[in-house]
Amino acid sequence: MAKAPLSLDELSTRYGPHLNYKPPGGWQVQSGNQSEKLVKTHCCFCGQQCGIQLKVRDNQVIGFEPWEEFPFNRGMLCPKGVKRYLQGNHPDRLLDPLMRTAEGFRPASWDEALDFTARRLRELQEKHGPDSVAVYGGASLTTEKAYLVGKFARVALGTRHIDYNGRLCMVSAGTAYKGALGVDRAPNPWNDIAAAEVLMVIGANIGECAPITTDYIWRARDKGARLIVADPRFTPIARNADLFLPVRPGTDLALLMAMLHVIVRDGLTDPDFIAAHTTGFEKTVESVEPWNPRRAAEVTGVAPDAIERAAHWIGESRRAMLMHARGLEHHSKGVENCEAVVAIALATGNIGREGAGPIMITGQGNGQGGREHGQKCDQLPGQRSLTDPAARQHVAGVWGISPDDLPGPGYTAVEIMNAIHSGEIKGLLCLCFNPLVSLPDANFTREALERLEFFGVIDFFLSETAAHADVVLAGSLQEEEEGVTANVEARVIHIQKAVDPPGNARTDSAIVCDLARRLGRGQYFPFREPREIFEELRRASQGGIADYYGITYEKIDQQMGVFWPCPTLEHPGTPRLFEDGRFFHPDGKAHFMSLAWRESGDPVDAEFPIYLTTGRVVSQYLSGTQTRRIGALVDQYPEPKLEIHPRLAEQYGIRAGDWVTVTSRRSAITLESMVVRTIRPDTVLIPYHWPGDRSANRLTHRTLDPRSKIPEYKVSACKIEKAPHPRPAGPRPPSGGA
Amino acid sequence: MFGMEFYVDPSRCIGCQSCLKACEECDTHRGVSMINFDFVDRRESIATAAYVCWHCDNPTCAQVCPADAIKKYEDGIVGSSLKPRCIGCSNCVLACPFGIPKLVPEYEQMMKCDMCYDRTSVGKRPMCATVCPSQALAYVTPETIAATRREKPVNTFWFGNQKITTKVYMMAPADAGEIAIDVADYTWEGENELVPQAF
Repeated sequence: MAKAPLSLDELSTRYGPHLNYKPPGGWQVQSGNQSEKLVKTHCCFCGQQCGIQLKVRDNQVIGFEPWEEFPFNRGMLCPKGVKRYLQGNHPDRLLDPLMRTAEGFRPASWDEALDFTARRLRELQEKHGPDSVAVYGGASLTTEKAYLVGKFARVALGTRHIDYNGRLCMVSAGTAYKGALGVDRAPNPWNDIAAAEVLMVIGANIGECAPITTDYIWRARDKGARLIVADPRFTPIARNADLFLPVRPGTDLALLMAMLHVIVRDGLTDPDFIAAHTTGFEKTVESVEPWNPRRAAEVTGVAPDAIERAAHWIGESRRAMLMHARGLEHHSKGVENCEAVVAIALATGNIGREGAGPIMITGQGNGQGGREHGQKCDQLPGQRSLTDPAARQHVAGVWGISPDDLPGPGYTAVEIMNAIHSGEIKGLLCLCFNPLVSLPDANFTREALERLEFFGVIDFFLSETAAHADVVLAGSLQEEEEGVTANVEARVIHIQKAVDPPGNARTDSAIVCDLARRLGRGQYFPFREPREIFEELRRASQGGIADYYGITYEKIDQQMGVFWPCPTLEHPGTPRLFEDGRFFHPDGKAHFMSLAWRESGDPVDAEFPIYLTTGRVVSQYLSGTQTRRIGALVDQYPEPKLEIHPRLAEQYGIRAGDWVTVTSRRSAITLESMVVRTIRPDTVLIPYHWPGDRSANRLTHRTLDPRSKIPEYKVSACKIEKAPHPRPAGPRPPSGGA
Repeated sequence: MFGMEFYVDPSRCIGCQSCLKACEECDTHRGVSMINFDFVDRRESIATAAYVCWHCDNPTCAQVCPADAIKKYEDGIVGSSLKPRCIGCSNCVLACPFGIPKLVPEYEQMMKCDMCYDRTSVGKRPMCATVCPSQALAYVTPETIAATRREKPVNTFWFGNQKITTKVYMMAPADAGEIAIDVADYTWEGENELVPQAF
């Protein structure tokens, strides 16, 4: 049974989250002495992967210096990046493996913890078959670790069920780009943004979720570019929008189809480009024909002439870019949403050139690299398909196994949790993933975790999910192991090891390799350091779409990153795709898709009349496992608040600061209101970084996009009512436990 | 840092507060942030503004200091109060027309932005302007600002007949001259200097 031991209070007293405010030794310790070194590496948080120099003394990270020479961010950092260094010396760090006892957890030796883990996984597999255990990975892992986790699941465990938290992030965009363009990558380097004439940002709260990208957008505006922002909220970058489209949650596709309708109707297409480089345009034309701006306005709440203007600005420009993130992607029609964006770029010939293209803003730290090399349930290294016989042959050859021994595609992340809930999957090994906070319908997730017969976690803090584990293997922070990641531009960059893991904690890859040995598969995991994993990864990716063969750690350092594909050692890398008009499909063409409107999976009705959308704040990252432990970041936005328009608030007698119970078809939570004119009056927003009774994901639903299997976080139906203050006034206890 | 000037453009600010966090990390005042940051009116708007000390040519804070604890240096930087002299009286806090100085109770001392003296004096950019993701706070050459921005740098401010010129520039609309928001600055009362207006 994987019920959380101890009471929540006891768990949080021991394992946090506690708030760390000060560097090792306190603020009084001056830096700059002889024994100090600066390590040029990257931020551990989002997909921007900003360059940063970590200040290291006595095997501890004690601060940072901006790294102004790194071209992507040129020294710029968001508050998370500034304060990221406070994790290494954090009192909540796990310094030993932990084993479950009746009373809670006790520290254990590595031999005991690893032997137990290997034995339990094998017992379950022998009794219930190889697919009765699953592996969860994550997109904050270095690419070496992500590759290793995929290989571990398929070669050491022999299960087909391996997936990762990127499934919750932007797989819909990846699926759309792969289908339309043949490759899952933002086609343009970020410098192109500053060179655009028209920028449309749809479903991307750039100022808070990709802060450094703001500078690229402002630089484009400095040169006269026009900015279109489509969002249910007036996000920080909307303050300078030339055109703001307040799209109703779940209706982006109608907006985009109407824009395509106008582009076709008014002859704003690029017929030469379409004829020479694409197929299937007639399917798109046919599907947008009924979507005139007036009809779309009824659905989206965006004025017809605003839709006309957005379409004209893009269609009349040869340097238009369309940028999107989770707001467009977290939908049960997320793939169609992204296909529509790509279709606008293709139809107007805005692709493959400087300042022209559709770009997805990858969210997680290694969201790009972590999805390229075999951590996805249907994929092999190099962005290869697991069902492609040639791909299986190649990768099995590199791994020294028979392609027949390579399992087929397994379940996606949410489907794995469903199968745990139903009892089909009985064992789980999880790293870099906090599903109890990040999966939709959190009560269901908790029920599922409690049904596991064995649950092992590799983590550096005891996350809300890890509190349910039978064994927790104390792993490493990003700065404790060398490797590479690929940033938002698909620029492969070098993560330097700055310090050793503290106490008896070990590097993640050493833990995984040691576990493979104990499972009797050590011959396939001989790696002594990440560089050896990377060398094998290069060969495994060779000839694939995400070809890393020509990338080495040294080349990354020399060039300040290498953009894949990079097929040979002499190749400089590929900052911009499709410059020759060739796309990555076998026919060399981009493929238009048929677009079909459908309602969201949790529609509003008389009982649940309000749209609920979830989002993020600038000072927190993902499930908050790391950032809810950093004092300065918690102080900036301590608790989730309900953003609500004064017009809606007035209907329910809610005033600023009142507490409000929000009820969806799953559950209810109560939180403080924040009455603002910066959100649509029919919509409320809750940021999702918190667990337990403040978890937005207790309210969200489990509907998946049918192709990408991404959950629909961005639109649910809810009702609200004013609630009494839930506890006596005064500071809340630290936000701990499950 | 030679040739660099400090420019503040609230219209670029995204409210991320990276400047506040980075300021705390600076070696001369570790753990205390000297950035002034406001949500202008969060109920009505997402507008935010972050700013540093304006480093006045004739600093009011120093004029009103009874302990002579605030010094302006040769390069135009107005320092934080000198610890041995500051008596924590808050005259400067009340007098500064920009509302910059803060009394830090923990140290019983007025502290404010000193333009990262430890950094700028050795050729580094101030922490806040280095990390600022929107470059609402920028530390660059006047040539760079002129070449890259549509707005115009302004460093003359009026506060009810008090004309103040500063080392730090505010980015204002291209047709703006001096910044005055008090009717008194437009009101003729005899021989008083008035904000120039285009008639």
